[in-house]
Amino acid sequence: MRGSHLLSIADLSRLEVLEVLDTARELARITDGGIRKLPTLRGRTVVNLFFEDSTRTRLSFEAAAKRLSAEIINFSAKGSSVSKGESLKDTAQTLEAMGAELMIIRHSASGAALRLAESGWVKSHIVNAGDGMHEHPTQALLDAYSMREHFPEHDRDFSGLRVGIVGDILHSRVARSNVLLLTTLGAQVVLIAPPTLLPIAIDQWPVEVSYNLDSEIRSLDAIMMLRVQAERMKDAFFPSEREYARDYGLVGARLKELKESAIIMHPGPMNRGLEISAQSADCRQSVILEQVANGVLVRMAVLYLLMGGAPIPTGGMLI
Amino acid sequence: MNDSSFILKNVIHVDGTRVELEVRQGRVTRIANELAAELPVIEGKNYLLLPGLVDLHTHLREPGRESSETVLSGSQAAVKGGFTAISAMANTSPVADTAGVVEQVARLGREAGLCDVFPIGAVTVGLQGDRLAELSAMAHSAARVRIFSDDGHCVSDPLLMRRALEYVKSFGGIIAQHAEEPKLTVDAQMHEGSVSSRLGLKGWPAVAEEAIIARDILMAHYVGSRLHICHLTTKGGVELVRWAKSQGIAVSAEVTPHHLLLTDESVVSYDPVYKVNPPLRTQSDVLALREALADGTIDIVATDHAPHPSEAKDCEWSAAAFGMLGLETALSVVVETMIDTGLMNWQTLVNRMSTKPASIGGYLDHGSIAVGQAANFILVNPQERWTVDRSKLLSRSRNTPFHNLSLPATVMDTFFHGVHVLRAGELTGLKHE
Repeated sequence: MRGSHLLSIADLSRLEVLEVLDTARELARITDGGIRKLPTLRGRTVVNLFFEDSTRTRLSFEAAAKRLSAEIINFSAKGSSVSKGESLKDTAQTLEAMGAELMIIRHSASGAALRLAESGWVKSHIVNAGDGMHEHPTQALLDAYSMREHFPEHDRDFSGLRVGIVGDILHSRVARSNVLLLTTLGAQVVLIAPPTLLPIAIDQWPVEVSYNLDSEIRSLDAIMMLRVQAERMKDAFFPSEREYARDYGLVGARLKELKESAIIMHPGPMNRGLEISAQSADCRQSVILEQVANGVLVRMAVLYLLMGGAPIPTGGMLI
Repeated sequence: MNDSSFILKNVIHVDGTRVELEVRQGRVTRIANELAAELPVIEGKNYLLLPGLVDLHTHLREPGRESSETVLSGSQAAVKGGFTAISAMANTSPVADTAGVVEQVARLGREAGLCDVFPIGAVTVGLQGDRLAELSAMAHSAARVRIFSDDGHCVSDPLLMRRALEYVKSFGGIIAQHAEEPKLTVDAQMHEGSVSSRLGLKGWPAVAEEAIIARDILMAHYVGSRLHICHLTTKGGVELVRWAKSQGIAVSAEVTPHHLLLTDESVVSYDPVYKVNPPLRTQSDVLALREALADGTIDIVATDHAPHPSEAKDCEWSAAAFGMLGLETALSVVVETMIDTGLMNWQTLVNRMSTKPASIGGYLDHGSIAVGQAANFILVNPQERWTVDRSKLLSRSRNTPFHNLSLPATVMDTFFHGVHVLRAGELTGLKHE
């Protein structure tokens, strides 16, 4: 990667994306060879700066940092100085003063990661672990990694793959990052949602849009179900959970409509019974747990590439 | 020395003719091609002579948030920007919703003595939108309030808006509406459109502004009252006002300098200096606003000068305050967007930034240069460009979106009731007693 931050998929070229994915694959090869921990970032300090609860993303980054032997400091807004009114700027500067070299930031404000990187508040590398409704770049990278593993004939080019992203596109940073990344790799993306959960001016995105899951499902090579928050009902985005599940959930007989070769994805955490049935989540085509495992590899690759660690050792040479 | 009697030589009227002015005791007493020098002479250096600019929309933050701006610092910024009259919005702390508060603001303005400070009264108690403030008491106070506004908030309750429009008829008042349907803008961060979709920022749709403008135009017509639309920002809003005027409905509208120049594309930086309410819109809105200001559909320019302390902008977007400074850059931005583009000449600019706002506000001492009138005028060097440097602003705050921008036209001198309060771009320390 050219930059010293990972803020948005929009900043990455196709070759940079492939560099991350190839690095993750190399890390997978080494760790599969029995080396669980690499010394590449020994003595380096990474901070998990989480202003929003997200246990799984935090743990995934933590695991990635530890497998590269980095020191990791976990900061969570709950019960911290933030709840006493401390600003993002002061929090970040404080953690940098404690030795942080790279900050992994999760924040409810769209643009928070970019602001941290460009405001001059800190010098650290910044990794965006989800900013509001804007982006979640490492999620998109791990999704692409997972798809690549399942479609080896599309290893360096997703042209010809049709990927459906279903659900709350409007509020989803996962959808925004995935649209950017999948189209960068050449996939055809179709966004499937009720009109209320699609952003304004969606016609300017490089995607197809459909309101009807049933008419699209047979054509998909991958289907990505987004988490739907039940409280969206209160803002009249949809009338009831039952109606949402009926029209847009991967539930019931709809599962059988998928191609045999298609994979089912979900960024988690799932609402079983709402956007996805237990049967769909646990079936042979589901790659949801692989996504979790791949998340650690992709995040290792990102930390490694940004922090310029020592060369990756070849199998068996190091403990 | 506070000498408000002098002869001003060698200035250029906006119609292009060279004139000389005699001022005695703060009033213009003679205007001629050439005057004998019976009084001290001020050399006009062939600068443009304009009546002092008039702002109907200024946030001064006093009482309550004096670290951002005071009536004095706001007056200084105003004079530097060529304004001789400004209108202090009601959203102070306490809110200007009683005779006591508006009289306090008016008194602070007189004490500053640099320009007229006309308080605007709140429409509803505490800007809460629940019940009418004592509008008549404010109108009949020493502050003689004529314009009422809950600016920052919309008077969204249609019945309350109807009553307010009706009630102010008895004393010739005017309701200045911040047109924003609040149900459509909950947590809104920027203009809703392709940029907000891409940035993942909650949108503030144009229709939230237009729906209120349409409703209030109909209501003002129905009850036979005067409506003023604050900071119009959308092409659709322009069309509604154009229609209302064609029907003879008593509506006026303002546009801010920043909405004439900037678009929502600025927000891609996520720099909160561009965070403002109503938000920066699209280029097609900007072009429609310019056209409407040129043809008079939009009556006036108003700054919506909104000072904020640095910590309110030195943060992530959603945590930041809405608002931008405007007083010191207004004239130059209007020259840049309206005169340098060929849409307007200086005479029309004078109408939109001085004569018309003075007329809407009923500010009788402002808006024209004529024998017998108060000597409220400014000298402008239209040839001199300058670069905005936020550290040099006279405002107490620094939140200008125009930092480092080079702009045309420099305000050189400001005269307030004949007192030379700004000379060669610097405050003189003189004030009108």
